Amino acid sequence: MSERDLRTPLARVTGLGAAKDGTGHWWLQRLSAIALVPLVLWFVASIVSLSGSGQAEVKAWLDNPLAALLFVLLLGGGFFHLKLGLQVVIEDYFHAGAAKLALLILNTFASIALAGASILAVLKLALGA
Amino acid sequence: MTSPNRPLSPHLQVYKPQITSVLSILHRITGVGLGLGTLLLAWWVIAAAAGPEAFATAQGFFGSIIGRLLLLVFTLALFYHLTNGIRHLVWDAGYGFELRTVTISGWTAIVATVVLTLIAWIAGYAVRGGA
Repeated sequence: MSERDLRTPLARVTGLGAAKDGTGHWWLQRLSAIALVPLVLWFVASIVSLSGSGQAEVKAWLDNPLAALLFVLLLGGGFFHLKLGLQVVIEDYFHAGAAKLALLILNTFASIALAGASILAVLKLALGA
Repeated sequence: MTSPNRPLSPHLQVYKPQITSVLSILHRITGVGLGLGTLLLAWWVIAAAAGPEAFATAQGFFGSIIGRLLLLVFTLALFYHLTNGIRHLVWDAGYGFELRTVTISGWTAIVATVVLTLIAWIAGYAVRGGA
């Protein structure tokens, strides 16, 4: 640590820098990416085997609790990964102002809303009579 | 605060496209595209939960020419983002930065994207009985 370090002792010890959250965002993006590798491969295989199916076959597929669980994890992990990724894209191209703030809020709200709606749909198919 | 006459760094178009830069921006483009694709996924599963008629409408769209084209682009984007994402994870772990390795892993991601997409679509048509 040099003599010219102008940060306060608190800023130095928390080590979070100007973005305020340190490596948290970066790490969660990687963590969700690792989880999504097997989940996406499983999902593509599942959806390929459901090609051209009717609603009854989809319901029968989600009667298997493991399939329902993996689908919920895919949706949760996928929308989380998407939210983190789009946030970086917005931050890269919109440097300030109302547009940036509005897009960041829209990104968060839309990701959570779509994740919630999709997961609710899976649960309804998996648990519904 | 901002002064309008400050010099800017050279912009993207002055650089010759290389496999490193092209695959890098393609990762971002496919990522944003997959974000739009999640709207299709959400529609598909919500339609299934809504009932057989709503689901038949959704499946009818996905089975149409436009629907199949969208799904083909979706599949390519998904497998590219997946394989190139693994490439990024390997870099994050600290490996594969030699120029030769970067080129090889880049082409591997491209070939894997095409091969995985072909496998998925051939399997899909086999399930449907060729229809």
